[in-house]
Amino acid sequence: MKIAVCVKQVPDTWAEKKLKADTSTLDRESADGVLNELDEYAVELALQLVEANSGEVVIVTMGPERAAETLRKAISMGADAGIHVVDAGLGGSDAIATSAVLAKALEGRDFDLIVFGSESTDARMSVIPAMVSERLGLAQVTFAQKVEVEGDTLTAERVTDYGFDTLTATLPVVVSVVEKINEPRYPSFKGIMAAKKKPVETLSVADLNLDAAAVGAGAAWSEVADFAARPPKAAGVVVTDEGAGGTSIADYLTTSKFI
Amino acid sequence: MSDVLVLAEHHGTEVRKVTFELITAARDLGTPVVLWLGSGCDDSTLASLGNFGATKVLVVDSAEVSDHPVAPGAEILASLIGTMQPAAVLVASSADGKEIGARAAIKSNCGIITDAVAIAPDLTVTQNVFGGSTIVHSKVNHGTPIITLRPNSVSAVPESVTAVIEHISSDISDGAQLVSIVNRNVVEKGARPELAEADVVVSGGRGVGGAEGFGVIEALADSLNAAVGASRAATDAGWYPHQYQVGQTGKTVSPSLYIANGISGAIQHRAGMQTSKVVIVVNKDPEAPIFELADYGVVGDLFAVVPQLTEEITQRK
Ligand SMILES: Cc1cc2nc3c(=O)[nH]c(=O)nc-3n(C[C@H](O)[C@H](O)[C@H](O)COP(=O)(O)OP(=O)(O)OC[C@H]3O[C@@H](n4cnc5c(N)ncnc54)[C@H](O)[C@@H]3O)c2cc1C
Ligand SMILES: Nc1ncnc2c1ncn2[C@@H]1O[C@H](COP(=O)(O)O)[C@@H](O)[C@H]1O
Repeated sequence: MKIAVCVKQVPDTWAEKKLKADTSTLDRESADGVLNELDEYAVELALQLVEANSGEVVIVTMGPERAAETLRKAISMGADAGIHVVDAGLGGSDAIATSAVLAKALEGRDFDLIVFGSESTDARMSVIPAMVSERLGLAQVTFAQKVEVEGDTLTAERVTDYGFDTLTATLPVVVSVVEKINEPRYPSFKGIMAAKKKPVETLSVADLNLDAAAVGAGAAWSEVADFAARPPKAAGVVVTDEGAGGTSIADYLTTSKFI
Repeated sequence: MSDVLVLAEHHGTEVRKVTFELITAARDLGTPVVLWLGSGCDDSTLASLGNFGATKVLVVDSAEVSDHPVAPGAEILASLIGTMQPAAVLVASSADGKEIGARAAIKSNCGIITDAVAIAPDLTVTQNVFGGSTIVHSKVNHGTPIITLRPNSVSAVPESVTAVIEHISSDISDGAQLVSIVNRNVVEKGARPELAEADVVVSGGRGVGGAEGFGVIEALADSLNAAVGASRAATDAGWYPHQYQVGQTGKTVSPSLYIANGISGAIQHRAGMQTSKVVIVVNKDPEAPIFELADYGVVGDLFAVVPQLTEEITQRK
């Protein structure tokens, strides 16, 4: 089986949290770039499937130079190779452009499975897997909490608002996974050393035969007019329970008309 | 006025509250026309859609739509964008809504904005991003704007019109039928309100200590007619079902009142509840970060505080 896993470098959520304790505004620039947590589950699924069926796992990312660290991190979990799409013209790409780049990078490589996380912790759109599947004309099995492959048949459970749907499709399939699916492994020392020597292909927009005008900030089909930090919440009242804590909350709820 | 196409979110005949919110939001932008995929649009659902201002309900009820996820819906939506040229398309920020919107955006060369909390008449969209810490205003500048709206951000306001139903036929391509739904597993819902739609949410975390501990959380929820939520620590431990998880990888909720019990307030949890209007916290650790969000907090043992609160509410009602 030949499996691609798309991973994204995102600002560290924990670094952001520390910042928020000291300042009322958010400075994401200074946060470290880390592997999107949800994508670790995607890598883990790919590794487990290859361990059970043999094959190869290729990590694919689109991102600036420093995203190469994230690519290596994902490879160090046990993958075989990487593809890094990096180009100064890609900055500011929206989901539409990102999906076009990823689709081009994945196209024609005979992947049986293309695995995504269900969302990136910064963009939180959850649309890239659907867009890539649309562009490639491949079956889409997303928000999976369970994935099994037997021969060329994939069976999965898609999480829904009311429970889950059991889905089947024939390979090749685009998959996105939710975090309930598995427990991602930590890279071993051996994995980290081996990752340094795994082949990584670096591709530019021109290498992908994509029109430079179709990607980057200038090509975004939505534009931000303005943004502002949410006004900091006025500090609330915190009391220590000395036997009447529940009653004091009830009083607060009465005053604020909830009861 | 131009049409505004609204994708109905429903489970059989049960119309999701967000559908009424979508129709309400659409009224500010044009004439609401609802697209209903699958079965369930009977006389009473049709009337309920009309009660919020839907003038027309387009129904595609075929096996192709019911037996395959997402892709058929996206094909229908894209074809309607082409024929109707609506001013905008509004869908819910659910898994299906976002993905149908995303695929239709690619097919129709339209821009898409997800997780809107408000839409102005000029189609400027307000979003709360980065876990609710930043407010962004943005606009689609290419094609028909496709906008996904978060449940509970716009209040559904009735405006009675008579909705007419129109059955439309669908030619679904083979490429949109590559995935089959072989079974729909519906988890027993119970009498409480839907988590993502609830006006009041009472949540429990690791501090609840076990599945039995959720009894006190449920009792408080029931006294307030609230939905029950849980942190990932609680759902991972199997104390409460996964679909009640609140947070980055669970549901995003934005209720008028959120009561967090025995939850520390990890960034991933906060990402799913940070925009709640009023937050109450019960936690025995005064240093728990969740207190930063509290309008009112009690440092104490939830097993003492919560039952007392429930008792007080029951008496005062
Ligand atoms: C990729 C990823 C995604 C995640 N997604 C989510 C998500 O969607 N939702 C989510 O919630 N988490 C999520 N998490 C997990 C998150 O990081 C935290 O681990 C989790 O939220 C902690 O849950 P908790 O607050 O219940 O537990 P803890 O952090 O252990 O906190 C328990 C709290 O209970 C208090 N307590 C204990 N006993 C009592 C008592 N008797 N009375 C009162 N207070 C008591 C303690 O003081 C403590 O503050 C995610 C993590 C990752 C890595
Ligand atoms: N720049 C990127 N490079 C590679 N994969 C990405 C990129 N952006 C998003 N993805 C993938 O798409 C998933 C969903 O992202 P999103 O739609 O942004 O929430 C992520 O979990 C990743 O697997």
